[in-house]
Amino acid sequence: MDTAVDSAMGRVDGFFEWFGNLGIFFWRVLRAAVTPPFEWGELIRQLDEVGSKSFPLVFAAGAAIGVILSLEARYTLTRFGAKSMFPSSLVYSLLQVMGPVITGLMVSGRVGAGIGAELASMKVTEQIDAIEASAINPYRILAAPRIMACILMLPLLTLVADASGLLMGWFAQTLVEPLSFHQFIDSGFKTAHLNSFLPQTFKTTVYGLIIGLIACYEGMRTRGGAEGVGRAATKSVVLASLFLILSDVVMVKLILVVFP
Amino acid sequence: MATTYDIAMKQSESKKEDSAQIVAVKELRKSFGSHIVLNGINLSVNRGETLAVLGRSGTGKSVLLRLIIGLEIPDSGSVCIHGQNIVGLALDQMGEIRKKMGFLFQHAALYDSLTVAENVAFPLAHHRRDMSRSERGDRVKQLLAEVGMEGDLNKMPSDISGGMQKRVGLARALALEPEILLLDEPTAGLDPISSAEIDDLILKLQRERQMASIVVTHDLHSARTIANRLALLDQGNVVIEGKYEDLQQSDIGLVKEFLKQS
Repeated sequence: MDTAVDSAMGRVDGFFEWFGNLGIFFWRVLRAAVTPPFEWGELIRQLDEVGSKSFPLVFAAGAAIGVILSLEARYTLTRFGAKSMFPSSLVYSLLQVMGPVITGLMVSGRVGAGIGAELASMKVTEQIDAIEASAINPYRILAAPRIMACILMLPLLTLVADASGLLMGWFAQTLVEPLSFHQFIDSGFKTAHLNSFLPQTFKTTVYGLIIGLIACYEGMRTRGGAEGVGRAATKSVVLASLFLILSDVVMVKLILVVFP
Repeated sequence: MATTYDIAMKQSESKKEDSAQIVAVKELRKSFGSHIVLNGINLSVNRGETLAVLGRSGTGKSVLLRLIIGLEIPDSGSVCIHGQNIVGLALDQMGEIRKKMGFLFQHAALYDSLTVAENVAFPLAHHRRDMSRSERGDRVKQLLAEVGMEGDLNKMPSDISGGMQKRVGLARALALEPEILLLDEPTAGLDPISSAEIDDLILKLQRERQMASIVVTHDLHSARTIANRLALLDQGNVVIEGKYEDLQQSDIGLVKEFLKQS
């Protein structure tokens, strides 16, 4: 009984310790990011790595979601005699919910795992120690550019997912019942205004922070060789995805309150 | 009975000795969990001197180097560089100290996404922004020529052998003209010919640059070749410290066993 209680308390300790260490890590990265010299070259390289190289994946995921929503929405709305609502329902579903979340999860998988594995591999081969031994701040040169790139690129990638989703959603609909793209967009955005999708798009900067921060944190504290690298990559994806969705619960409520 | 003059002379000599010491480690202790790695180490190195730290695997030799450069924090004790205790310094303050040090890691720790030349240029690019690109390029070529790697500028670390990686690691460690050189097992994993080449290289660099060097090794032959003094670690303590001849004349069983097996 005592062993079970001790074990449970140990897990609780570990939980708070993880958050505490993450907080310290975040503070160190923030300090490094706002004090010169700034690593502009590395930032640009990471913007390409996170943004340009995620484009095909996010485009494809957005397109697939657009088709799925189109097929499901058409069937459901037809059943309830609300077929004319199809364009609006697709626009709202994509821009407010599915576009941001799918983008976040895709980037968490691709970029989170990539950053976690890359930094973990550098940690276990002492490359990060070598950077520190050369009197270079590893938070400045490794973590800050990657986290900034994730923050800056997520909203742009979300727009890509939204656009590809709308395009393929319209295309799927047109195969069944012809509808011009102009009519589709006009009808879909008739009742929409900027508050309908701008906050939802910009909330993805928080997703970017979560993905970059957790991936860098798990990568840079890895121990244990190849197994440690694998663990870091997995933990980066799982924890980033989980916290992304949990943060969405809070942000959705916040957006509804601030932008009613 | 000691006079006031005698005491004053002794204090003066001690101060002179302290000021000649570039690196001084005092009562250094470090544990990982319940495992005591270093149990009150006292060591010092002067300018132009090479100290070899010997011992069996797992006796804390590499941990000692990591404590000196600040990659680990000791449980107690001090690490003084030019008389300044570096334990507890903030990252940016520690950065200024580290610019005076060069560290060769056991497996070289080259940045695997950069070429040989880019690896050596890395510290220069960050700390010598006054240098133009061509000046930096010339300096990199000069450093690689010193270690015999001038023909491999554009190769990736994965394309070169372990011995060659160590040479590049050494060139990178020397990039900022350090006063202190820390070498972690420089000949580990190398064949006897490559080991001898690395030893000769270290000797040549030491003669030219007069750095305070600490070499961690289990290779007694290498230690005899490159070091002025040797220190043998065991169970967290310095068992003996002195020249090779002092080790040979020692009656301590462990020392005799170590010399016999080496």
